[in-house]
Formats: sequence, structure tokens, C-alpha cells
Amino acid sequence: MVKDILSFVTGSARLALRGNRWYFAWLGVLGLLVVWGFTAWWQQVQHGLILTNMRDQVSWAYYIGNFTFMVGVAAAAVLLVIPAYVYNWKPIKEIAIFGELLAISAIVMCMLFVLVDVGRPDRVWHMMPLVGSLNLPSSILGWDVLVLNLYLVLNLMIVLHLLYTAYHRRPYKRNFVVPLLLCSIPAAVGIHTVTAFVYAGVAARPFWNSAILAPRFLASAFCSGPAIMLILFQILRRTTNIEIKDEAIWKIAELMAYAMFLNLFLFGAEIFREYYSNTHHLIHTQYLFSGAHGHSALVPFAWASLACSVVAFLLFLFPATRRNLVTLNLGCLLIYTGVYIEKGMALVIPGMTPDTLGEFYEYVPTMTEVRIGAAIGSIGFIIFTVLCKIAIPILQQPEPEEAAPEGAADLQAEPAAT
Amino acid sequence: MTDTDRELPIVDDALDRRMNRRALLVGTGLGAMSAVAAAAAGSSNGFVERMLRRRFVELSPDRKAEILAELEREYAERYQRDITVSDTPPIEGVEFGYGLDIARCVGCRRCVYACVHENNQSRDPQIHWIRVLRMEKETGIHLTESNPYYEPELVPEEDAFYVPVACQQCRNPACVKVCPVKATWQEPDGITVIDYDWCIGCRCCMSACPYGARHFNWTNPGIAAEEIRTDTHYFGNRPRPNGVVEKCTFCIHRVRKGRYPACVEICPVGARKFGSLLDESSEMRYLLREKRVFVLKEDLNTRPRFYYFYAT
Amino acid sequence: MARPDRPTPGSEERRRLLPASSSLAVLLIVFLTLSLLTLFSIMRGGTGEVASDAGGTKAYGPADFPEIEFDRELLPEVREAGPSDEAGTFRVRLPLAYEDYYPCSDCHADMEVNLERRELEEMHDDIHLNHGPEERWCFDCHNPDDRDRLRLANGTLISFEESYRLCGQCHGTIYRDWREGIHGRREGYWNGAKSYQLCAHCHNPHAPHYEPIEPLPPPVRPQFLAASLDEVGDEGSVGEGLDD
Repeated sequence: MVKDILSFVTGSARLALRGNRWYFAWLGVLGLLVVWGFTAWWQQVQHGLILTNMRDQVSWAYYIGNFTFMVGVAAAAVLLVIPAYVYNWKPIKEIAIFGELLAISAIVMCMLFVLVDVGRPDRVWHMMPLVGSLNLPSSILGWDVLVLNLYLVLNLMIVLHLLYTAYHRRPYKRNFVVPLLLCSIPAAVGIHTVTAFVYAGVAARPFWNSAILAPRFLASAFCSGPAIMLILFQILRRTTNIEIKDEAIWKIAELMAYAMFLNLFLFGAEIFREYYSNTHHLIHTQYLFSGAHGHSALVPFAWASLACSVVAFLLFLFPATRRNLVTLNLGCLLIYTGVYIEKGMALVIPGMTPDTLGEFYEYVPTMTEVRIGAAIGSIGFIIFTVLCKIAIPILQQPEPEEAAPEGAADLQAEPAAT
Repeated sequence: MTDTDRELPIVDDALDRRMNRRALLVGTGLGAMSAVAAAAAGSSNGFVERMLRRRFVELSPDRKAEILAELEREYAERYQRDITVSDTPPIEGVEFGYGLDIARCVGCRRCVYACVHENNQSRDPQIHWIRVLRMEKETGIHLTESNPYYEPELVPEEDAFYVPVACQQCRNPACVKVCPVKATWQEPDGITVIDYDWCIGCRCCMSACPYGARHFNWTNPGIAAEEIRTDTHYFGNRPRPNGVVEKCTFCIHRVRKGRYPACVEICPVGARKFGSLLDESSEMRYLLREKRVFVLKEDLNTRPRFYYFYAT
Repeated sequence: MARPDRPTPGSEERRRLLPASSSLAVLLIVFLTLSLLTLFSIMRGGTGEVASDAGGTKAYGPADFPEIEFDRELLPEVREAGPSDEAGTFRVRLPLAYEDYYPCSDCHADMEVNLERRELEEMHDDIHLNHGPEERWCFDCHNPDDRDRLRLANGTLISFEESYRLCGQCHGTIYRDWREGIHGRREGYWNGAKSYQLCAHCHNPHAPHYEPIEPLPPPVRPQFLAASLDEVGDEGSVGEGLDD
């Protein structure tokens, strides 16, 4: 058993450490970005968050916006898991594991975004259950920490089990994986719901204080997460020899179209309520879409986001454009852009502009923030790349009966099971 | 080994070397992490001890005394001044309340700077616990139309009135419930305090506060040694570290010894009132009895202990 | 070893697919460039513009206002009485006039009383009665026979330190509020001894409307919060000297 694990670990390490020059060039570029951003973070740790453009008036911004977006990406794995495992639909099942790998990478990025956002990274252990003093049940961020970690652990266990058994050419244990998967479905909904509640529970910020924020989060996550997956699948099937059927891609695209409709509908409902009731609380939405008190930095982004979402919805709605890879990819990029703006800039910043005492402070990120964001993005890409690099060959090992390897002694202790 | 199996995992003799390298990497990683933490903490002095310390309120009286003494030593070294750090407990049977007479306030901002002076707020970058909002008489209290940056030659201006806002010391504080680490809470005398040595700087409380009362130390607070007020309280005006949240405590170091808060005493028009809500003879009870009061953002059900009133 | 049928990476497979994926790559590059460009363009714009005369561009501290007594000493008797002062008496700070004129009898003792209603010219020419000037004149409050005392309407003579009783004859509700601590400024102990200011400390009895005062400067705007720290530059010395 120990030997099995050791061989799995070293084998995986070996897979990760070997690759062609494209692989290392890609990792190298990402590595440089990480170093570039890490130096910025180092300065931020030394001097404090003054190096960002966050201020008392807008006290959450770029980092937390990215965090929120990444939670959506992480939750997207569920969209792939539900049909794959619940309905046992073959084409998606083969690729569902990549959704989980993406989820793992995204969760790690989420945690890093929180880490760089807090003023005292040396004290984040105060949030650890039992060790620290996690303020449950009242703190929603406390719950968020719990569900994010739970979701990470669930995904890691599933992925490790699938890879470990595949590595040793055994069938995965259905009665181990399926319950975990069934748990990960509510957990995925949970991370996004709880993250939405972090905002929606804040009565002081009327822009966030909306009952449909969590449904909107879920709907947009079901758009943006798969959008990334679809592009990654195409890259994967071109750069590796893993087989991903067009049929699977189209099915995901169709599911996305429903999610996008729901997202736009919920958005419209929110907009109606804001503009028709026309209370003081409208000022945040006005700041976002038309500018207020002479401040309009977000206006082009807000309209770009809306335009992206509408165009992407139309592209995904019609089977002709949904099945054409060029328009499909265009739609993916549009939906990605749309949701990124919506969750990144257009949720956090207008929620805080004007601030609770009515002051307008027009926030834009500093280089420090952009660099740190780039570094975290790169770390996410590195994790995902390396995980895929490990997972693909393992999953692609030929079926044992086709090719029982000679010299199997160095490969595994026991012969491959069916 | 042939070329074709290079992607198949194989245990080989390189394992040991690789494992060593990994151990080395992990070791460096841990070292780097603690260095980061040390840098964030501002110094590596007694760093591990401080890092593993529990929440102040959970400690034994002896341990608290040790920590207060330690803080005094640390501040003495940093500022070359004799600074006392107390943890004066609440007075039994007292619940503080605050009154502010909107009809009197002239918007002169003496309270703002008296507060900075008394509570050792950072001068640069500037932190103000009190924000005075200028309201148009025509509009009434309308926050988005208010202006904290008014700068006329003389106040009060004819067409304006002024609403100073600081921590409202809510009975139902939104900031306390969102804190993920129990670093802020309501004391028995109604003052919401922050443990600056436990706060992680996530700023959830700043999002949650409807009154913009919470302020963040975006970098190390800048304050000249000769300007430091030396009578301090652990939960109040002691010098704060980088990366934590702070706010008005009704001058906890003063009021728990019976003194008025600094802003009450400086106010040239006597618009600021303070006392115990549980004492029928206090000026606060008189005020609530005889005057008509309102609170800010009553719709949020924060139930402030900070009352605005019109005395005339 | 045993898998000859497996396509090796980097073979013609990828070469064949490169043109096919180029559309995707182009889209990605265009997307990234555009987003970076917009990001940098808004970053150059900075965090919103502020009119140069709008205030809040510079950070002031209490040390910039030496004329303001942030640490005004308590009256000695208040300090001694301290908290939980049950005596119930209240102390007043000395009347302003004491510094300049008191005792009035120094001059007035030998002077003849002039009962004519007039503007004062030789002495006290800063006094212009704007306190119901039609209905009121000097000897409604000042006592012509003993200038060191004030006189209530019922003829009772009181000291200047009790002048509030005089004001309270007309301003009854304000007087009550003042005694209870709701009107006017007090210093000391919320649960004990306090000193009051007299009405005349804030309201000139001859022209009682509260005179406008100079406000202290506004807070620094968030855009300028780090202004003085920025000058130090990016060389890792931001906040230096402020370090703990």
C-alpha cells in the first residue's frame, strides 16, 4: 500500500517534471509572472495595503472581485459532474475530471485572493476551525472558509482517487466516488451561495442586499465556468491526445444557453426593481450604468459586460452558432468577459460607491494589485497545467487487456484489475 | 528505459534525490512563509510567541497583565515615552449613550481633531474617526448629497447644517456579527471594541458598518512620538499596528474612569452629550425624556446608542 | 515499450492542428490585449479627478492647530472631586470679563452714574447692544450702585459668576437645559464633578447671537491619502519612519 502510494507520488512528480519545450515555455512564462507579482506582494506585505487603491471608502475591490469570480469558476465543475455521474452520460464523464481539476485550481486562487486581501496574512490562522476562533454561526465569511475548504477537500479526494486507481489500473470504487460526488454537488452550490451571502447579508450596502444575488451568482457561474472549460477542452484535445467529443461540447454549450437566459432574466428583474422603485438605493446602479455625481469610470465596462452577455446568449441560443467552433469560442470569450466584469468590477465596486455616508471615491486598481492578480492567475494556470499534465497520461493508459506492460514490476505491485 | 514509456510512472533510483529536493523545497517554502509573516507583523521580535497567542479576552488575569506590560515596553522603546496600557473593565450598571444636538453643531471639526489627538490616530496616512457631513438645509439629511470636504471661511454657513458621524455603538451591530474571527464585540457597557492583536484585517466589518465608522490602517500608522497620548487602553487608543481596523470607542480609556469623551469636552457649542442610559439622573436620560431624538438609518435595525436631537 | 500504437506527443498531430487553433489563439490575444489596454488606460486616469479648490488634498493633524486647547486642564476643584461626585454643586469657569475689567469698581466706584441711554464712546466702545435694544438697556442687568454685581429683575444682586440666573429670567427653558447639561459645554466627569461654562462664555450678553468661527480643515480625500508617502517612491521606503 505504502509502495503503491509512493509510486503514485513519484510517478506523478515525474509526469509533471517532464514535458516538451512548449510545456516548459508555458510554465516559464507563468513562473515569470508569478515572480513579477510576488515581488509586488512582498512590498505589499511590508508596507501594507496602502499600495493598493483600496481606501476606507472602497475597502474591498479588485482582489475580492477576483475572488468572487473564481468561486464561480470553481462551482462550475458541478455543471459537468451532474450529468456525468448522475445520469452516467458517457461523453461528459471522461472529461468531468477536468472540471474538478479546474475547480481545485480555482479554489486555490480564491484562497490566495483572500490571503492577499487581508491586512494581516500572518493571522489568517485565526480563521481555522478549532485552532483559531472562527466566528460561527454568525459570520458568513466564516462559513465561506468552511465550505471552500470542504469543496477543495472533496474535489481533491475525488481526483486523487480517480487518478490513483487509474494509475494502478484498477477500476475506481463507485461506492466511494459517487457519494463524494453527490456531496460535491451541494458543496459547489454552497460555495457560491455562501459567497453571495457574504454580500447579500450586508444591509448597509443596498446594491448587494438583494435576495436574488445568490441565484444570480449561480446562474452566472454556470455560464462562466463552462465557458473556460469549453476553451480548455479544445486546447486539450489539440495539444494532447485525450478524446473529447464534439457532442460533449455541444451538450455543455446547450446547458450554458439555459444558464445564460436565467442570468439575463435575473439581471433584468433586479434592474426593473431598482429603476421602477427609484429609491435612494438606485444610486449604485446609476453609478454603474450611467455614472453619478460626475463619476463614470465603470459605465463603459457595465455596458460592455451587458453587451457581451447578450451577444453570447444569442450565439449559444442558436444551434448553428453553438455548433460552429469559431462562434462557440467567440461566445465563450464574450461570456467570460461579461461575467468577469459583472463579478469582478461591477459587483464589488458599485456596491461600495458611493460609500455608506454617500461619498464617491472612484476606485481603479494600482499596478501592485494588477501584478498580484496576475501572479495568482498564473499560479492557478500552473496548478491546472501541471494537474492536467499528470492526469492525462494516467487516464490515457491503454486498457490493461490491450497492452499489459512488460517489465511491470517497476510499475506496480499488483497486476492490473479489469 | 525506452522513449515510449517516458510518460509512464516508474519508481527509479532518482527517487531519493527527488525526495530530498522536495524536502528542501518544502523547507524553503516554510521559511519563506514565516519570513512573510514576520514582515507583516512588523518585527520578528517575540514573533512566534505573539503569533501563537490566544485572544486577549480568553487569557488569565496574570497573562493579560504580562501582555500589557510587554506592550508598554514595546511602545516605550518605539516612542521613547512612558506609555501606560490599561484594560480598565466596564463599570457595573453602566450603559453608555451619546447625544448630538444637530441644532447646535456648527461643523467646526474641533471634535475631529480632538479625537485624533486623544486616540492616537495615524496622522499620515490620515485616519479620522469622526466625519462631519455638511447637509443642505433645503435637502435635509440626504447622505449622497452630503459633503464632508466643505471648507468655507466661517461656519456655520447660512444654507447648511452639519451631521457629525462616528461609531454609533449599536445595540445590534452589523460589524460584530460578520467578523470571522471574533476580533470585535460589544462590551457590557455598550462599547463595541476591537482586539487589534487578533484582527486579521479582512474588512468585513467595514463593509457591514452602515455608518462608515470603521477605519483601516492601510500602512503603519504615522504619528510623531511627541504627539502620542500616553494614557491608553488595550481596546482603545493604544498605538495600532498596520493592517487592522479601528474605530471610535467613546474614548474607552477616559469614560471607564468617569471622564467625558474628548469630543464632548472640545465641542465649542456643547452639542455633544454623554452619560449612562441606565442612570435616571444622567444628562442622557434627561435628553431622551425631554427632547425628541432620532437615530441614523433606523431602517437597518442597528439600534444605535448614538442619538441625534434638536434641543430647541 | 508496449504501446506502439500510441501517438507520440509533438508529432504531426499538433502540427496539423496548429492552424486550426490559431483562430482561438488570435481571439485570446486580441481579448487579452484589449483588456490590458483598457485597464492601463483607466489606471493612468487615476482615481477620479478633484477640482483644485475642492478641499481635502492635504492631511492636517492636531499639531497644526496650536491655538486650540485640545488638552484644556480641568478646574482644580473638578479634578479633586473626580467621578462619583455626589455634592451636586456645579462649578463654572470664570467669566471672560474678569481678565480684562474685573473688579469694575476699580473705575466705577468714583464715577457718577450716567442714566442716559447712549452709545458708549469713551470706554467700552466695543459694546453695541443687539439684545433687544428697543426694550433693554444697561441697567436692566448691571447694578448702577455696585458695579461688581449684577441685578436680577426682582432687585436681587448676584455675582458675575452667577450671571446664568440673570439670563435664566427670560430664557427659562434654555436655562433648565443648561443646568441639566443639555445646553452648553461641560467638562469633567460624566458621573461626577463637572465644570460648566457661563452663558456669556459663548454668547456675548450684549449681542448674544453665536458668532461664526473658523472651521478646521476637511479630511484628506482618499485619492490623496498616500500622497506624502508616494513621494518616497517605489524603492521600498513607503511608510518608513512610520514603521513600528
